[in-house]
Amino acid sequence: MKFEENYEKPSWAVMNLRTAFGRAYPRIIGVNREPSWVFFDTFFPILSIAAYIYVYTALQAPPQYLGYVVIGGAMTAYWMNVLWGMAAQLYWEKEMGNLELYMVAPISRMAILGGMAIGGMFTSTVRAVTTILAGIYIFNITLTLEEPLMFVGIFIFTMTALYGMGMMFASMYMLWGREAWHMSNLLTEPIYLVSGFYFPVKGFQFLLGDPGFWLAVGASIIPVTLGLDGMRQCFFGPADGFLPLWVELFCLIILTVIFIILARFSLDYMENLAKKEGRLTLKWQ
Amino acid sequence: MTKYAVETSDLCRDFKVRQVKGESKKSTVHALDNANIQIKEGELFGLLGPNGAGKTTLIKILCTLLLPSSGTAKVMGHDVNTECQEIRQKINMVSGGETSGYGLLTVRENLWMFSQFYGMPSKLAKRRIDNMLEIMDLSDKKDAKVRTLSTGQRQKANMIRGFITDPDLIFLDEPTLGLDVNASRLIRDFIHKWMKDKPSRTVLLTTHYMAEAEELCDRVAIIDNGKVLACDTTNNLKKLISKESALKLQIKQITDVKSFESIPGVRNFAFHHDATTGTTDLKFILEDEAIVADIVAEVPKCGSKIISVEKTEPTLEDVFVALVGRGLHEG
Repeated sequence: MKFEENYEKPSWAVMNLRTAFGRAYPRIIGVNREPSWVFFDTFFPILSIAAYIYVYTALQAPPQYLGYVVIGGAMTAYWMNVLWGMAAQLYWEKEMGNLELYMVAPISRMAILGGMAIGGMFTSTVRAVTTILAGIYIFNITLTLEEPLMFVGIFIFTMTALYGMGMMFASMYMLWGREAWHMSNLLTEPIYLVSGFYFPVKGFQFLLGDPGFWLAVGASIIPVTLGLDGMRQCFFGPADGFLPLWVELFCLIILTVIFIILARFSLDYMENLAKKEGRLTLKWQ
Repeated sequence: MTKYAVETSDLCRDFKVRQVKGESKKSTVHALDNANIQIKEGELFGLLGPNGAGKTTLIKILCTLLLPSSGTAKVMGHDVNTECQEIRQKINMVSGGETSGYGLLTVRENLWMFSQFYGMPSKLAKRRIDNMLEIMDLSDKKDAKVRTLSTGQRQKANMIRGFITDPDLIFLDEPTLGLDVNASRLIRDFIHKWMKDKPSRTVLLTTHYMAEAEELCDRVAIIDNGKVLACDTTNNLKKLISKESALKLQIKQITDVKSFESIPGVRNFAFHHDATTGTTDLKFILEDEAIVADIVAEVPKCGSKIISVEKTEPTLEDVFVALVGRGLHEG
């Protein structure tokens, strides 16, 4: 068959942008096709923050603690998406039979993962916004943004560093196969604790002294730790902040650069290793 | 000078596998063993072999999904070890029974998504998709969700996915596997037409179906245990055994066919038990026609009866039996 017209191969950048958009599409459109997710992704997260809000209220904690919980609850959406929607995704794609088609395509793996990230951020943002709205309208929490510019900076770099880390994990999960499932489970609850999803990480210092400080420093490798702390400071001031805001922003920029570079190299390395060991397309391993 | 779409030289691929679950000792399986293949640009080349022969391993190496253990392989002049990106821009692949894409998307959306991975302008991609859906007789399913498609419809959609980018070289790994006669015919016609319309296009096809290879392929390589046993046009391959005789015998079902193997002058033979009809089909490659009488005499000794005897012209299947020593479906 003769195609009616041919097309000029686009530039590398255009090709990868189209790829990212193409891969984001099923995630965004899929949301509309399965409306049940709205219930699961909005109602259940409200239940989990409700527990903490009731405990803090019962203990007569300062009102900003309720706000910390709501912001932490909103950020769980992104963390869950990074673990299950990014890190484990290449493994799922292999099981579904899509991975080898991604690998055969003449595009950057980062573009595929970038597309997944954009699509995932869309659904996660809906969940995060719902959590915040529930905090405001159901639990009567007042959120006043005191540092809007810093908030934007911290949010953007938290997201890019976080999804960069997700991309790095994705290449590892591709090799681990079924272990990926356990790894995601392992990284869920412990990270909720050490990253301070429901309390400020500075709390470790009050509780454990110097080791607590270093525990929070260690947890800061995960971008959501500093991101959460920074965002809380943007809303409620520096009183319970772990590090000064500008230091946290600077660290997040550094983490972004590190994770994007690491993701790039680990994807190349893992792809090569998988090709050598024949694990790229073998299912059920 | 002949331009080759694919050139392999002493290509080997080994896999380390655990023999017993839980045991740390691994053994080595030679999936490809010094495979040498040259496919000219514009050729429809067939790879014929039983399960585990190494066909898919070869395709995966050529598609840059797997690295060779040793030897070299070039695709469109580029080395599979070092020039993956250049190769990927010129190829595509479709496998039989493939379940690619996302069930939530419609057929059209799925195809559009895959076209984006090759940087196709969106409007052009959509026009091509509609055009090819029509050719593949799938237009009425364009807005159906992929998860609702039948096996045949899904495979037609997979074919469109592979061909939509108009690759210079396409790898088709058993594209008609499990399809009914009509769907297989449509896909074979499509491949044929696609090749005819632009002579520089190249196809590497693996198949289980001898008739498919015979009908479509310019040249065929017969591969078994990772080794390329023969590689030529189907006519030339048949000439390999033209001096020999091919005999087909249908007898009442028996369990032990070993005695036929030891008859002097039987070069190779294959058998197939058909439980539904209660018969056993025997296929012999004979050194001399005179042996037919010995074979016929052997049937009652085995406690069976002859239902039909047929002396045939050599087919590709006979060549396969002669070279491999068993039928394609015997495993």
